[in-house]
Amino acid sequence: MGIKEIQEEIVDEFSMFDDWMQRYEYMIELGKSLPLIDEKYKTDDNIIKGCQSKVWVHAELDGDRLVFTADSDAIITKGIIAILIRAFSNQKPQDIIDADTDFIDEIGLKEHLSPTRANGLVSMIKQLKLYAVAYQTQLN
Amino acid sequence: MLDIKKIRGDFPILNREVNGKPLVYLDNAATSQTPKQVIDAIVDYYENYNANIHRGVHALSQEATDKYEQARIKIQKHFNAAKSHEIIFTSGTTHGINLVASGFTSLLKAGDEIVVSAMEHHSNIVPWQMLCERTGAVLKVIPMNDEGELVMQQYDQLLSDRTQLVFCNHVSNALGTVNPIAEIIEKAHKLGAAVLVDGAQAAPHIKADVQALDVDFYTVSAHKMCGPTGVGMLYGKEEWLNKLPPYQGGGEMIAEVTFEKTTYADLPHKFEAGTPNICGGIAFGAALAYMNAISFDQIAEYEHDLLEYATQELLKVEGLRIYGTAKKKTSVISFNIEGVHPYDIGTILDKLGIAVRTGHHCAQPIMDFYGIPGTVRASFSFYNTKDEVDVLVEGVKRARNMLL
Ligand SMILES: Cc1ncc(COP(=O)(O)O)c(C=O)c1O
Repeated sequence: MGIKEIQEEIVDEFSMFDDWMQRYEYMIELGKSLPLIDEKYKTDDNIIKGCQSKVWVHAELDGDRLVFTADSDAIITKGIIAILIRAFSNQKPQDIIDADTDFIDEIGLKEHLSPTRANGLVSMIKQLKLYAVAYQTQLN
Repeated sequence: MLDIKKIRGDFPILNREVNGKPLVYLDNAATSQTPKQVIDAIVDYYENYNANIHRGVHALSQEATDKYEQARIKIQKHFNAAKSHEIIFTSGTTHGINLVASGFTSLLKAGDEIVVSAMEHHSNIVPWQMLCERTGAVLKVIPMNDEGELVMQQYDQLLSDRTQLVFCNHVSNALGTVNPIAEIIEKAHKLGAAVLVDGAQAAPHIKADVQALDVDFYTVSAHKMCGPTGVGMLYGKEEWLNKLPPYQGGGEMIAEVTFEKTTYADLPHKFEAGTPNICGGIAFGAALAYMNAISFDQIAEYEHDLLEYATQELLKVEGLRIYGTAKKKTSVISFNIEGVHPYDIGTILDKLGIAVRTGHHCAQPIMDFYGIPGTVRASFSFYNTKDEVDVLVEGVKRARNMLL
């Protein structure tokens, strides 16, 4: 599936819930299913700044696709990364660079996050795209 | 006995809802809410006598000046300062600390020592580090124990004839510990060192008597004690304030200006450059009047009850640990639940309308001491109730069930 379709799927899933408590419960579930980063990559270099909780992300190429793994010490943060990784992992770097991130607004994630977490979300997206840029150059 | 129903009626914001739930505001240590008596004072100022002070011949300026100076006297009386010009209006605690730290630059030399406690707010650490960088003075730290109390034997050993300054908060914002400042001051004075006490967290709960304490500097923020943001006060003993050079230059703080030489105004104006937060100062006075009308003794008694009740109920939650178990505490509870990140708990509580603070509370050394990323901090004021404690405890249980 392409990034756009996955994003639509996520938007659909989130629209099924009536209240934000349920959405949080779902995010916590997603957090538990996050493809975990190998412990050896949990270095300070791989920490994303801008979060009250710690977030580590690692990217590596599998053929022409970029695969992300991640972890966080906070479970809701893990849920947020899990959503992002589901949308962006296993995709071609150029597609990740080109992808828009409107689905974040559509599921209303940002406005329901605290300002520090919303900042963290923006940093996470930026980081994923930076990885894509770096690997795209490598592929060229 | 406090008439809580009546008191809560004074705080319009307590009627609002958050995420469809009644607001339970337990972030009072970050900033307290504002009663309508204080809001009225602010409105009255802007509706009736807004003008610049100390410089106008006209009636409004005179009225504003009178009210502002009356507020200074209210603050003086409240903290029992000997003289009203020992009260400097500031923008808050941070400003007060920086004013003193900056002033000591010319009074310190390399090798002098500054003693600071292990449980300071960053705003009572960083300005002193900067002072050390400027002067070559050395920072020494009074350690704390697991309960979150200062180890006073160590303090005795840190003091020496090299000690020039001692800084300590009266109450720790992250733990609620009430520090033995009278003892700290007395011992420092025996060696001729000056003491600054950060009263930001004490002032909402404890009426400090600066003369009885014999403290050299005491600084607070109005917004933590029912006043507005952006205003506070620094108390300094007259002899010290005369010794320190001005902090900022500008209007208001001068006696005479020529391009060759400027002479400075007398206290307190020497430290009050530029147009101050006039309305804020007046509202700060109104906030003190409001709290004194309720009485600090009554407030302390009521909050102590709330603290005991909340401590007892929270400890019933499985895996919950409280950080800061000093014998003398204000109504602050910092806690974590085993296996759960404090940030997650705070997020769920927010969805339930409960405002708490999470994180390191600008006191990273304390978090490092306990080896944790942060805590959830619930801080209670005299307008909080046991019912709200119950809502908090239920919320914490629910968060725990969701997150584990
Ligand atoms: C102990 C302590 N000191 C200083 C400050 C800083 O106060 P302000 O930000 O009002 O200057 C705070 C505020 O959180 C505090 O709790």
